[in-house]
Amino acid sequence: MINRHIGIISVSLVIALVLQIMPMPIQADVYRPDWVLLVLAYWTMALPNRVNVGVAFICGLAMDILLGTALGVHSFALSIAIYVLAANYQRLRNYSVWQQAIVIALLGALYHLVLFWLQHLLTSIYFQFDYLWPVLTSMLIWPWAFWLLRRTRRRFKVS
Amino acid sequence: MQTIFTRGPSLNNRLSLALVMSIALIIVDHKFDGFSTTRGYLNSLMSPLQYVANLPGEMLNWSAERVTSQQQLIAENEYLNNQLLLANEQLQRFQLLKNENDQLRALLAAPLRQEMRKTVAELMAVDNNPFSHQIVINKGNSDDVYVSQSVLDDKGVVGQVIEVGSTTSRVLLITDVTHAIPVRSQRNSIRFIVTGSGTLDEVYLEHVAHSVDIKVGDILVTSGLGNVFPEGYPVAQVTSVVRDESRPFASISAQPLAKLDRLKHLMLLWPEAEAETTEGSDDSTAITVRRDND
Repeated sequence: MINRHIGIISVSLVIALVLQIMPMPIQADVYRPDWVLLVLAYWTMALPNRVNVGVAFICGLAMDILLGTALGVHSFALSIAIYVLAANYQRLRNYSVWQQAIVIALLGALYHLVLFWLQHLLTSIYFQFDYLWPVLTSMLIWPWAFWLLRRTRRRFKVS
Repeated sequence: MQTIFTRGPSLNNRLSLALVMSIALIIVDHKFDGFSTTRGYLNSLMSPLQYVANLPGEMLNWSAERVTSQQQLIAENEYLNNQLLLANEQLQRFQLLKNENDQLRALLAAPLRQEMRKTVAELMAVDNNPFSHQIVINKGNSDDVYVSQSVLDDKGVVGQVIEVGSTTSRVLLITDVTHAIPVRSQRNSIRFIVTGSGTLDEVYLEHVAHSVDIKVGDILVTSGLGNVFPEGYPVAQVTSVVRDESRPFASISAQPLAKLDRLKHLMLLWPEAEAETTEGSDDSTAITVRRDND
């Protein structure tokens, strides 16, 4: 049943996209975790033969459209971040959840810096420390996202 | 699941392909603006997600409306009635002044100012992208929204439409770093350009000579030059003027009058020349030189 597997993965990614664009109070907005990156990271580690750079690229395009950035900016950054994960998934799987969280934080930092760097080339924007808050929140959210997604995967026997 | 034998191209090739495609997309989209029509379709395709993302907020609003007490409603009603009374009083004088102005303009053989078509839109989403200030509103192609249309709130200019989908469109705020708007000072009609700063409560006035007469508290209104924003709408209030003679220009910052961090209801304007030509709602109409209001 290929369709059910792909269905579950797509649904989780769509939920992540919705969470990513959901309106939030402006004070809380800078702390919004990178939901799409978290969900992609989980699936890349769990099922690297199904989800890797290609899916990341498509999700990135969807984010570019939803967030109104130049097409290709988010897909570039997500592809790089997911590539790092997909190349090292066997090692990362053996880490404890908190070690994984630190790796996710590093990846998140890479992702945000690539995003900043690309957009800095396109328009004249300046770096503010606020841009890196999502790295911290993503790290704190990771164990719970991991737990939830693993339960989902086992419950629906996605492989 | 197979982990040793992977299908398709290797991971490195996939990454290179994805990166090359991303860069090509960035260049085509940003440098050549090659996707302006495609983006409209893609936006319409993605708009269901935006509606879904908006649901929790809508539900909160709805339940908040259900549980407001009668007392609150009475108080609000009273407040709104008072406001209406004040506004009506001003409107009476406005009508008189408008007639007088029309007569004076007729004497001078200047073209009359016309009423324009307006419509109210609601905010759907605020982009959490910290590098650009954009919002999504719930009006699109089906309501004749066109690219570069002016968007206001009850206090002042908010921004302009940059992308139109079928039922939603995207608005660039005046505080975005890539946005600039021609204005003039209400006090003495000196012309300036207001550019966005990247923070929601500040805009800059650039290339202003030290000798220019501008003071803290001056109100800046749209000048109508540039043919994007109609004339006379308030934009910002000057908050600081620093005349440092060692620099080539004075550094002046202002605060947008529109409440950009708490937008809810917005107004879209169709200046009169646009009313007949919105059919195509293409870039062509956006550039169409409107018979200027003055």
